[in-house]
Order: sequence, then C-alpha cells, then structure tokens
Amino acid sequence: MASILAVDDSASMRQMVSFTLKGAGYDVIEAVDGIDALTKAKSNKFDLVVTDVNMPNKDGIALIKDLRGLPTYKFTPMLMLTTESSMDKKQQGKAAGATGWIVKPFNPDQLLKTVKKVLD
Amino acid sequence: MSIDLAQFHQVFFEESFEGLDVMESGLLNMDVGSADAEEINTIFRAAHSIKGGSGTFGFMEVSDFTHVMETLLDEMRDGSRQVSQKGVDVLLKSVDCLREMLIAIQNEQEIDKERVLTYKHELDEELIGEVGTEVVQHADPVIPADNKQDQNPGWHIVFSPHRHMLKLGNEPLRMFRELDELGELVVLADDQGLPGLDELDPEECHLSWDLKIKGEIAEDEIQEIFDWVEDDCDMAIQSLADRETSRAAVDEVETQSNVGISAPPEVGDGTSEVAEKEIPANKVVEKKSKTTATKGSSSSIRVDTSKIDTLINMVGELVITQSMLSLMGEQFELEKLDQLKMGLAQLEQHTRELQESVMNIRMLPISFVFSRFPRLVHDLSSKLGKQIELKLSGEQTEVDKSVVELISDPLVHLIRNSIDHGIEMPQQRVESGKPENGTIHLKAFHRGGSIFIEVSDDGKGLDAEKIKAIALERGLITENEKLSDLQAYELIMAPGFSTAESVTDVSGRGVGMDVVRKNIQALGGNIEIRSELGKGSTISISLPLTLAILDGQTISVGDETYIVPLVSIIESLNVVPEKINCVLGKGETFQLRGEYLPVIRMHQIFAIEKPITTELTEGILVVVEAQGVRCGLFVDDLLGQQQVVVKSLEEHYRAIEGISGATILGNGSVALILDIPGLLRLSVGAEMDSAAVA
Repeated sequence: MASILAVDDSASMRQMVSFTLKGAGYDVIEAVDGIDALTKAKSNKFDLVVTDVNMPNKDGIALIKDLRGLPTYKFTPMLMLTTESSMDKKQQGKAAGATGWIVKPFNPDQLLKTVKKVLD
Repeated sequence: MSIDLAQFHQVFFEESFEGLDVMESGLLNMDVGSADAEEINTIFRAAHSIKGGSGTFGFMEVSDFTHVMETLLDEMRDGSRQVSQKGVDVLLKSVDCLREMLIAIQNEQEIDKERVLTYKHELDEELIGEVGTEVVQHADPVIPADNKQDQNPGWHIVFSPHRHMLKLGNEPLRMFRELDELGELVVLADDQGLPGLDELDPEECHLSWDLKIKGEIAEDEIQEIFDWVEDDCDMAIQSLADRETSRAAVDEVETQSNVGISAPPEVGDGTSEVAEKEIPANKVVEKKSKTTATKGSSSSIRVDTSKIDTLINMVGELVITQSMLSLMGEQFELEKLDQLKMGLAQLEQHTRELQESVMNIRMLPISFVFSRFPRLVHDLSSKLGKQIELKLSGEQTEVDKSVVELISDPLVHLIRNSIDHGIEMPQQRVESGKPENGTIHLKAFHRGGSIFIEVSDDGKGLDAEKIKAIALERGLITENEKLSDLQAYELIMAPGFSTAESVTDVSGRGVGMDVVRKNIQALGGNIEIRSELGKGSTISISLPLTLAILDGQTISVGDETYIVPLVSIIESLNVVPEKINCVLGKGETFQLRGEYLPVIRMHQIFAIEKPITTELTEGILVVVEAQGVRCGLFVDDLLGQQQVVVKSLEEHYRAIEGISGATILGNGSVALILDIPGLLRLSVGAEMDSAAVA
C-alpha cells in the first residue's frame, strides 16, 4: 500500500489526517513541521506528501519547494492543506511545485477522496 | 467510511488552549507601532490553527470568530494595518472570548452567544474602522452556482497540458480515471506534439487529449477534476449539446433545414443527489461530537519524553534485579546469603529511583502558572493608570502538578495586592525619587527540600504602624501588646483584615490574605512577609517539593500507628514531673525552656481505648509547631522515620479534621497521617488564631 507523509504542526489535525489515512490502509508517517518532514522524506520514499501550509520553522510551501528539488520526489504528488482559499496561497504553492490542495475545513471522506485522486 | 472525529477533540482543545496562551503572550509583548513581523506571524499562526481545527471538528462558532481575528492579524502581518494599542486590546479580549467558547464546548455547555456577538462586533468595528474595504467578507453567504445547469448529453474536452505538468505530480491518467467515474468516457490522444526521439525529454508531457464524456454531468464536476492544473494546461470544455447546436447551426446555414434541440431532461438532478448524500454524513459527525465531548474533561498531563525514557530504563533494571532474585530463590543455599542481601539492596535502590522518577513525571514547570501573569499585570496596571513591569525568573522550576493547580489563585491575589496597594502612581513614585515604572518580580527557585515562590515589588512597602492601628481598631490586638514589625506584617493575614482605605474591585475586599495563607498551608507550605517602608515588600511562599510523598515520624498510641510529618516536629522528649502544670481552664501544660506549651493527649483526641500509658512522664512528648503555635503531642512511643506515600482519605472515606491522609505501612497496615495545624485547631482551638496574630 502507498505510503504517505502527513505534515501538520497542529496535533489534532495531524492525528485526524493520519488516522483517516491509516484507516484506509495507507502507511502514514507524521511530521510536525517542514524541517521534520524534510528529514523524514529523505530517509524514506513516500508516494504522497500531505502538508499544512502555515507552520513554524519551515512552512508547507518551502517544504514542497525543497522536496521537488530532490530527485526522488520529482514526480511525487504533494497536497497542501490550506484554509486560505485565496488564490495567492494556491499560486505560491503551485509555483513551489504542489500538485493540488485540500481546503480546510474538510471531513475525512473528502480527504480520502482527494488522496485517492492522486494515488494509483 | 465514517470516522469519529470526536476522538481528536481532546487534543484539539489542548492545543487550542496552548495556542491561545501563545497568542496572549505574543500580544502582550508586541510593541505597538513597530511590531516585529515574526511575532505577528506567530500569533497569526496560532489563530490560523484554531480556525482550521475548529472548522474541521465542527465547531463553527469558534471557526467563524477566529476568522475575523485572523483577517485582522493578516492585515497587521502584511503591513496594511498599523498595530495599534486598541487593536491589541481588542485581540486580547477576543482571545478571552475564544477561551470561554472553547471551555464551554469542552464542558458541553451553551456558548454565551450574546457575549460572543459583542466581541465579534468589536472585532468587526476594528476591522472596518481603519481599512474599511473588502473586510467583512467572512459572512458572505455562499450562493450556490445553480446556473449553467444546461441539461446536456455530455461534454467535449480538449486538454493539452503544458510540458511541465508532470513535474507537479499531476498525472493525466489519474484525471481521466476520475472522469471515467462520472460517465462514459472516450479518450483520444493527440501525439502531434511529440518530438523526435533525440529531442524527447521523458520527464515532460508532449501529448494532448481529446475527450468525450457522456452523461448528465455538471460542468463544475469536470472543472473540479482539472481544478489543480487550470494554469498548467490549455483546456476547453464544451457541452456536447452546444456542439450539436453549433453543428446544427452550421447545418442550418448549409441546408436551411431546421434541426430541433431535444427537450431538456430534468434539470440539476446530479447535484441534488450529491447534496442528499452529504447531509447524512454531516449528521453523523455532529451526533458523535456530542456524545464524546464528555471525555474531554479528563485531566491529562504532558510529559517530557526523556522522563519516560528514564522510567523505562529504571523498570528494565528492576526487572533484571527481580529475575536475579527469583533465580537465587529457586535453589537457595546459606552461602548465598551475602549475594541475597546485595540483591535486596539493589532492589531497594531501584525501587527508590523508580519512585523518584515516577514522582518526577508529575512535575511541571511553574511557567504553567506564571504565564498568565503578564496579562494580569498588563490589564490591571492600565486600568489603574500605573506603569508596571513584571519580571519573571525561574519559570522552569518544576513543581508538583497539584501545586500548579492550587498555587495559582493565591499568587493572583498576591500580585493584585502588589499592583493595587504596593506600587504607587507614577507621579508619586517620581516624587519619592523612584523610577516612574514600578517593578514586580515573580520568581521561583529550589532551596533545600522546598520550592520558594516570591512576589516582590518596589512599591511603598508595608507600614507597620498603620497596620497596628487598624488591627487595634478591628480588635485583633490589644493596646498593651508589643509587636515587632514582622509580627505586625503577619497581621495582614489575620481573618477580616484589610488595609485598603477604599475597597477597590482589584483587591482589598477584606477577604484575601487570610485565605491565601490558608491555601498555602493546605499545600503544606508557609508564607512569610518581608517589607521595608518606602522601598517595597516581598512575600515569600515555601512549599514542599511534592505533596504525594512525605517524610514522616511513625508514632504509636495503644494499638494504633500514626504518622507525624517530620517538618512539623521540633523535638521529642521525656518530661519530668516538675515541668508539668495544670492551668485552670486551659488544661495541661508543660514547661520547655521557660515556655509553657499545651499538651495534646493523642489517646484522648482519637479515643483510643488501651493506651500503654496515661502518665505524661511515662510516655513521650513530641513537640510540634504549626502557624507559630507549639504544643506537645503525648504519645506512647516513637517507632521510626520513613518516607510515606500519601493517600487521600477524602477519596476513599471522607475528610476528618486533624487527619490529612493515610498511608500503607511496610507490614500492610494502614496508618493515618496527622494534620498538625488541624489537630492544633481542634484541641487548642480558639487560642490558635489569637496566638497566630500575637
């Protein structure tokens, strides 16, 4: 089954995402911010990265940008979890290499549906 | 798939309260006028997380409210709004409001909607007041896009991705797979753009597609699939009906024949079905969030992982020792006695270490308590027109969790006192040659086996003469009593004493310091006042390191064993007949170095039937002290000193005056732990309060 890296500084959101995805049978590793995520991404190969945007240390957009620079993550789908439905955050995310976004608030079903959309 | 979101509520509440604390302290530290962008960002981030979480977990009131705060903060962050004192104040109030809302939700209570509205109004005003444009967009009702519901037989899509699209992780095949789920799909790939092999970059996308999908599908559904790649492709979506029409139009021109457009089938069927499916899902989530919110109120504690690691380590050692001992027990020979003793010694050491590290888990940094004070000082000092700086030190000092919970209110009281009575108005301070800004210093530190928490201010200090005058007026002392300054300070902790000339709503309601003292004593601590007139005062609280374990002296009376906390014992002695007096109406006393101390006969107080002796000279007097009062406890014998684990009596039985708890002794029997202040109150009674004052 596909492995997913779930990044969020908020423990409740992180647990919710992780729990939902694990429940659907995915392997999920959690990371608390961009730096943590980057470290974990380097020592594993994930099939999908789901990341919050607003985070301390390294935000989601910077994380996506860094990950895209790594050869192993060149084509990996990366989704942003964002409450900012405004275009500019999405644009920034896209420019950094994000595949798409999930707008908060979302429920587990929406999350799963979106995740399935980008995984084979 | 249904997932019970309520299981994440507790974590959400915890992190939200933490977030609120971060916001609060950030707002308090913010320099009005020249706020640091990173500071604002931190506050913004906290608000943002709360908004995201509350939205996800279905607390829409919280989410809506936070949204307004977030908008305000966002404008501050990007510089389009000046950080004003008023703005900060409004945000601080909103933090309070949010906290109230979250507490209400956590406890399954109704949110005070009126209050929330008032705060929200203030926020809105602040938002509109300065910027005025494009602000209150949060309340925009979403107008369902029910237009464009052309009933049509399907869609024709021309999709040509830009070359870089694959590098964003977007794979056309997956999109087609999604389209295929909507209706019958026909895909035609166009390889015209494919370069020769020598020029071909396998990482780029060179193909484009021509897609036809049949079925009653809303255009939005198709748009949604391509939502992410909107800017990474050229795309045209056309209704098959339109194509029919346009083709028909062409036909019409060509052949002059009239081709009718078939009548539309039912409009918008697809969308209404989707809506229906979603409603029950939402209901389930709502219902569940109600049922499990009760779990939220259980108390939890955050523990540093290193502490847990130590614990695990220790348990490992214990297991090794245990297996060593049991191995020895299987075939024990007398030669192995030394080995056995060594093993037992090891076991004892590990047990003690384990005990210590378990206790350590309950320890929290006192910053949990201290962190609320900057806000308190900020609010109160601006209310009173005073300029006060709060200095904190030793925030990382660890104290028992129960201390953290119980020390907060007394400290609030002490700090309020300092602000209200201690620190003078700026003008007054300048006149007496002090800096305009007053300082309150709150510090915590370990010394010996105790934790000290001190509140000091550089205000006007306590006026011993004034205190004495008031005490006299209130009948707390008599004219003839000669009191040292220190004793005079103690008077402010006597019940019913308040030096405030006018009762303010900040402090000085006449109840106060005596309650503070009572609370501190309930924690097994002490409170001490130092002061210098005109220079300031310091109130020092000392508390035992932990409340769950105490050093005790076991004593026996008849068949019963009791524990006296070692901290209360001054000495133990055999008394000689000449030293014993009987004072009329006051009971027995004995003389100790020129002082007459009352005797408390334990067998009488606890109605023990067969004490070994009732003769004072045959038993032992344990001299104990509490709140400045000393007396001798008459017991049969001293058994030994040991650390005991305190078990609450109230939890298992009920509260009893003179007893603070119980413990289990090595032989398995239960011993009661004496509450010396309570015991003294019980037997020496009325003398106590006057003695404490004197």
